[in-house]
Amino acid sequence: MAKKKRRMLGRAALTVLAAAFAIAFLLPTVLTITNSFMTKAEIDANYGIVFSGGAQGGSSTYMSETVNLKFIPDKVSLSQYWTTLFQSPEYLLKFWNSVILVVPIVLLQVAIAALAAYSFTRYRTKFKAVLFFFYVILMLMPYQVTLVPNYLVSDWLGILNTRWAIILPGAFAPFSVFLLTKFMRRIPKALIEAAKLDGAGEWQIFSRICLPQCRSALYSIAILVFIDYWNMVEQPLILLPDAEQQPLSVYLSTINAGEIGLAFAVATIYMIPSLLLFLHGEEYLVEGIAHSGSVKG
Amino acid sequence: MGKRFQKLNGRLREHIMSFGFLGPSLLGVGLFFIVPFGIVVYYSLIQSNLNPEFAGLQNFINLFENSSFRTAAKNTLMFSAMAVPLAVVLSLLLALMLECRIPAKSQFRTFFLSPMMVPVASVVLIWQVVFHYNGTLNVFLSVFGVDKIDWLKSDYCLIVILVLFLWKNLGYNMILFMANLNNIPKELLEVADVEGASAAYKFFAIKLRYLSPTVLFVTILSLINSFKVFREVYLLTGDYPFEGLYMLQHFMNNTFKSLDYQKLSAAAVIMAIAMVILIAILFLAEDRFGRDVEG
Repeated sequence: MAKKKRRMLGRAALTVLAAAFAIAFLLPTVLTITNSFMTKAEIDANYGIVFSGGAQGGSSTYMSETVNLKFIPDKVSLSQYWTTLFQSPEYLLKFWNSVILVVPIVLLQVAIAALAAYSFTRYRTKFKAVLFFFYVILMLMPYQVTLVPNYLVSDWLGILNTRWAIILPGAFAPFSVFLLTKFMRRIPKALIEAAKLDGAGEWQIFSRICLPQCRSALYSIAILVFIDYWNMVEQPLILLPDAEQQPLSVYLSTINAGEIGLAFAVATIYMIPSLLLFLHGEEYLVEGIAHSGSVKG
Repeated sequence: MGKRFQKLNGRLREHIMSFGFLGPSLLGVGLFFIVPFGIVVYYSLIQSNLNPEFAGLQNFINLFENSSFRTAAKNTLMFSAMAVPLAVVLSLLLALMLECRIPAKSQFRTFFLSPMMVPVASVVLIWQVVFHYNGTLNVFLSVFGVDKIDWLKSDYCLIVILVLFLWKNLGYNMILFMANLNNIPKELLEVADVEGASAAYKFFAIKLRYLSPTVLFVTILSLINSFKVFREVYLLTGDYPFEGLYMLQHFMNNTFKSLDYQKLSAAAVIMAIAMVILIAILFLAEDRFGRDVEG
């Protein structure tokens, strides 16, 4: 009896601990969203001290000495969104910049990777094994290494400071190849042999058997790639220094004190695509992450 | 003879087909990564692009004598040395926690995973509000009589960034551990139960051994992600952060601005070599530790 009681207590303590973690994990996101519904005046009053750089002589608006992080706005207002969407076109423009950088990268990377993964799966020669090992090494290299070669080629091709300098290296990044190959190797060989006996060609085996079998993997990889590039900072700073073309993931930080009222709304808008993908595809995403679980084999 | 020829022909065709599928990827990887990396290695060994004389290791020596490089390398190394072990241990603990019988597990999983989808740029506003000199954390601490600290410009700056790193990355790692905890043979744990093994014994002698490939993977992943923490630092503090937050990526950015090819190339080559060595060490360590379960 005492043992049972102790176990109950332990479980309760764990639940509380989990809840505490959950709050810590959720709070920054939730706060960003709730704060986006404040009026400009309220934001200025609460956070002005942080973003104005301290002294602001002669300001007519009331400003708190210290910040006042608030969970719920005094008055729920859509004014930040209104201003962002209809009066500050530069943010929407930067959002669009993000879209036209990231969407081609996701589509191209997954498509090119699907073909390559098929090749790595179907014909396993010694040479291919070595090649695959190279892909893995390349995948593990941080941006500090890969950006230098990327820069040299972009310069040579004359695409530096254009979108292609980011899209093309992204399209060929080996991450998806690695993950998709791991998925495709799980497809039963018998399935492919049977199709072959029925006279299916390579392209048919690829498009009618492999791709449908990997549908959920393709989706989860697309989400992972999207999240990664939607968050890009390193590449645009070096390969696309033109501020006009930079994605919102970089531009958002340059928001100035005068427009801080907008920042939370812009931040929330920027979260929406990845938030939606996450909520819609969480099961696939978890499965995709789980299967990526080993660099071996 | 004819049949054999046909078979050979078929295999040849398969090979050609297979490279057809690999072609686009191989072409791109070669063009954007492998060939230019060869050029980077070449650049790192010559005097200058105008004077392509073999320079031996001079560029590397110059690099190590460069004080900004040393600061950046030291900070990055220190950050990774703190962040990687913590990321591994804490995410394993989270996974073990969700293994226990607690309610609303799948909701907890969602909550823990959610930071990975939030772009750094979006959440950086809240971090600024929290860690500013007049920010929430200082307001909170002042209740306990702690003096104000300018967190991002103090000796604690790396710890602040560490918190942001863990916040973003623990969920992903946790999923990896959860998936592989499920793969441990149940019979083994049941036998251990019958024989009266303690929870600690079960964890260290059974679970951790089976998890060792995952520990390796999570370690490598966290290492790579620890280099991406530049994002947080840059978006919080810009091009010229407090010295304690000057990362290798800052150094690269500034070197790109002056376009010193030799310095850039030498730094990239050094980083690549360091990564390969680190990963090789991790592989060997895992090989030793997990040997008897994989066979």
